[in-house]
Amino acid sequence: MKITEKDVEQLATVSRLELTAEDVSAYTKYLNTALDYMDKLKKLDTSKVEPAQQVLPVKNVFREDTVEASLEKELALANAPEVEEGSFKVPRIVL
Amino acid sequence: MELTSLPIHQLHDLMVKKEISCLELTRAYLDRISQIEERIKAFLTVTAEEALEQARKIDEQRARGEKLSPLAGIPVAVKDDICTAGIKTTCASKILYNYIPPVDATVVKKLKEAGSIIVGKSNMDEFSMGSSTENSAFYPTRNPFDYDRAPGGSSGGSAAAVAAGEAAFALGSDTGGGIRQPAAFCGVIGLKPTYGRVSRSGLISHASSLDQIGPFTSDVRDLAQILNVICGPDSQDSISAQVDVPDFTQSLTVDIKGLRIGLPREYFGVGLDSRIRAQIQEAAYKLEELGAICEEVSLPHTEYAVTAHYIISCAEASSNLARYDGVRYGLRVDTEDVLSMFKKTRAQGFGSEVKRRIMLGTLNLSAFYYDTYYSEALKVRTLNRHDFARAFEKYDCLLTPASLTTAFKLGEKAEDPLAMYQSNVCTLPANLAGLPAMSLPFGTIEGMPVGLQLIARHFDEETLLKVGYALEQINFS
Amino acid sequence: MSKYEAVIGLEVHVELKTNTKLYCGCSTAFGKEPNTQVCPVCLGLPGSTGVLNRKAVELATKAGLALNCEIETYTWFDRKNYYYPDLPKGYQISQVFRPIAHNGYLDIEVDGRNKRIHIRRAHLEEDPGKLTHSGSSITTSHSSCVDYNRSGIPLIEIVSEPEISSGAEAKAYLEKLKAILEYAGVSDVKMEQGSLRCDANVSVRPLGTSTLGTKTEIKNMNSFRAVERAIEYEIERQIEVLEDGGEIIQETRGWDENKGITVAMRNKENPDYRCFMDQEIAHIELTPEWIEGVRATLPELPDARRKRLIEEHGLPAYDAEIITSSLDLAEFFDAVYAEFPDAKTISNWIMGELLRLLNARNMELFEAKVTPKYFAKLLELIKKGTISNKIGKEVFEQMFETGQDPERIVKDKGLVQISDEGQLASILTEVIAKNPKSVADFQSGKEQALGFLVGQVMKATKGQANPGLVNSMLRKMLSQNNSG
Repeated sequence: MKITEKDVEQLATVSRLELTAEDVSAYTKYLNTALDYMDKLKKLDTSKVEPAQQVLPVKNVFREDTVEASLEKELALANAPEVEEGSFKVPRIVL
Repeated sequence: MELTSLPIHQLHDLMVKKEISCLELTRAYLDRISQIEERIKAFLTVTAEEALEQARKIDEQRARGEKLSPLAGIPVAVKDDICTAGIKTTCASKILYNYIPPVDATVVKKLKEAGSIIVGKSNMDEFSMGSSTENSAFYPTRNPFDYDRAPGGSSGGSAAAVAAGEAAFALGSDTGGGIRQPAAFCGVIGLKPTYGRVSRSGLISHASSLDQIGPFTSDVRDLAQILNVICGPDSQDSISAQVDVPDFTQSLTVDIKGLRIGLPREYFGVGLDSRIRAQIQEAAYKLEELGAICEEVSLPHTEYAVTAHYIISCAEASSNLARYDGVRYGLRVDTEDVLSMFKKTRAQGFGSEVKRRIMLGTLNLSAFYYDTYYSEALKVRTLNRHDFARAFEKYDCLLTPASLTTAFKLGEKAEDPLAMYQSNVCTLPANLAGLPAMSLPFGTIEGMPVGLQLIARHFDEETLLKVGYALEQINFS
Repeated sequence: MSKYEAVIGLEVHVELKTNTKLYCGCSTAFGKEPNTQVCPVCLGLPGSTGVLNRKAVELATKAGLALNCEIETYTWFDRKNYYYPDLPKGYQISQVFRPIAHNGYLDIEVDGRNKRIHIRRAHLEEDPGKLTHSGSSITTSHSSCVDYNRSGIPLIEIVSEPEISSGAEAKAYLEKLKAILEYAGVSDVKMEQGSLRCDANVSVRPLGTSTLGTKTEIKNMNSFRAVERAIEYEIERQIEVLEDGGEIIQETRGWDENKGITVAMRNKENPDYRCFMDQEIAHIELTPEWIEGVRATLPELPDARRKRLIEEHGLPAYDAEIITSSLDLAEFFDAVYAEFPDAKTISNWIMGELLRLLNARNMELFEAKVTPKYFAKLLELIKKGTISNKIGKEVFEQMFETGQDPERIVKDKGLVQISDEGQLASILTEVIAKNPKSVADFQSGKEQALGFLVGQVMKATKGQANPGLVNSMLRKMLSQNNSG
């Protein structure tokens, strides 16, 4: 096993996903299977290959520095789960 | 003949000749939806009222003597990962269960300007992660040809809606075959344009370097009309292709004499239903009869392309889905502090396939694994591109199966996410290379449609249309 | 003095002077109602796609050139992934792998010693939103509010090499950096509005060693002075820990301005940002011609200007340094000089009166009403003898407050210097008559008695008498009295 349950717990924290104990063991199994699958790439000699950058080369696409209308405040906040005085409210910050 | 089984260009003619009104047409589709939707479940939202209101406007325009554009008054289903202002757009995810976009996606704006009538938002695999539409957080869609079978995915709702006559055409999105495979399963035409050909503005990202919006139709002429409307540069989308858009209807000719078509042998290997292989060979034979030259070709890195696609799409998805944190929109699980709010919201909001891919993508991008997997996958992406480039030195277009099998049973692959992924081996490589590709129905096996796939050079959708049109004529004859 | 030396690197975030945000057309104006300058892009709404602001690329290039950097001809944007409520997309679009500018430097002077501080890199990135906490601090609040008006504002992050050795050097670096960016017109560099922010990486090592010690990162410093103090404190703290046989922990520490100490910040470990190339923003290719075009728009920078003031105007280095430390002041100097070409006098007045009043009232130059034209006119009035130096200062204060023409002030208040010998003679006679003792003292050889008498005359004329003239007239009259 390359990936341990502890690794999975850490990955879950980094990904901001709360996992149950069951999840942890399921994800551990899955990630190890996935890594085995991905290890297929190791059969290839890529030492002389450049990693791909963009799908199709697109460069120098700019917007001019002219102010455009922002969203109406009501619309900006319309989907917010909780609003306080025109701002998005969140619980106590502990990270 | 039922109105809901006619192609767009015929519906357009009927409206121009005033044999039907747009309101009648829209009602016909809404009736069809209420009649069959219970069994198909192609939609997450049906926008009947809005559709009828739009239809009345089109009729008013027609009454004033205004010329109707080819898509005016034509009912369309829009995949639920494409933003529609004021209409719920959920990506078939609980995390966006109540999300109402403030603005339309660029394609939606274009369709509205062309006068199309949006009848609803179609079902999909959550965040387009899946190939059967079973990963929808709400309910699976069923294949109109056999309700026990999957419509394919991720744009299964769009494919099923067109196949079942619930919309005259549909928009979907394709990250690894999300348009082409369901088109094949549901016996309709699906096209993934060249990457950047259609604006991605307003398309909710799954994997930014792979996602592309495209149409589902019931014939090739309709496809050309829709491409004329939805393609083109967009000042809102930094990477939309700055390439001129031709009049695609000019490609609708059976003259394919001398056209060189390659059949990549790697697409005809293990796992391919031999009856599908026979169908594709039949298609190649018919194309040769019309003067095309069909030969075998090799795309040697195809096998690796699938793995690379998996690594890249998960990596990009893990970043693209980071914004769903319960702060600005969508689901929030209330807790005492922000950290647990993030974790609980995301744990409850995302389905298991999405969470698996976020975890794997996070791992792929981590400092420890980046070089081993992500960077290697980008190199394979280069090799995959070279494979195609070499093939296109000699061939104008490639002919392959769109799927290894016909539509599988619901639940058949749900337990094995990697097998589900692998089933898209025919469609993934074109996304990796950003190439245009289409899926076209060609015959049936035990009553289930078979789809063949055509892949062309960047920005050469015209060749796809041309060959597709020729095959369509063969199909009808 | 110490067995240790400090190694300090600064990371400075500077807001670029654009009208709109980095990837969308929302305004960057400061101080607006929360969430009124937001759109799908800077709110990170699903499906939103941004397009790069051309002006931001120009300004970043200009900043790089002003800091003597090499400009990359091919760059792109990367994603820095982390979760925080003020970060709407869950990642920041930045330039991690290929910064637009690198390998530059700026020169500082501390205690008469010159030092070159190299700049490792300068890159473009977007600002997150702004959090306000309901309680007095982040830890005691039960909730916080997010305003995304700031989200997406274009920044350049300028990273120095760890070549700074003291708080004073750090302050000098920041002052020079501020002046350069202000001159170049790339930023307003206002720390109080958050358009310039600075974090410091501090470590210490025994003198004569070359391996780097464990560093701490210092945050929350709200002024250049705070940066200086925080660094000095942190150096002392680290030395003490080492002297006590302890170990420095690599951590982020916050500066507590009131207590004057740095405090370890909870849960601020260095995360893995999982950086990778962004696929949604087009790449940038800059031609050498374009870069030279930007270079051509660079104005005279602080060092060149300072040199000019010394070499062409003969100003002392100290004066030139102060006058060129802010663009406004340097421009003010030049404008006065154009009307009144006596550099040293101007410099004396700027440093003596103008800066004194600005400091006393805690004002910026642009807030003062006095214009260079009237400033020059005032100096001219003094030079011609129309008013005395002393009256000049009084007039200046009024000009500073009201922006009035000094000639008018002098006229309205009747401050014109009395240089009429006839008019003065009668006053002098009266003063001489009233002060026989002082007269006698002077005549018996006590020079300082003359000063007293001059003072009495000035008092009698409310300071308007020409003191030089009074002095010579008195001498003359007293010697006549004596001989007669």
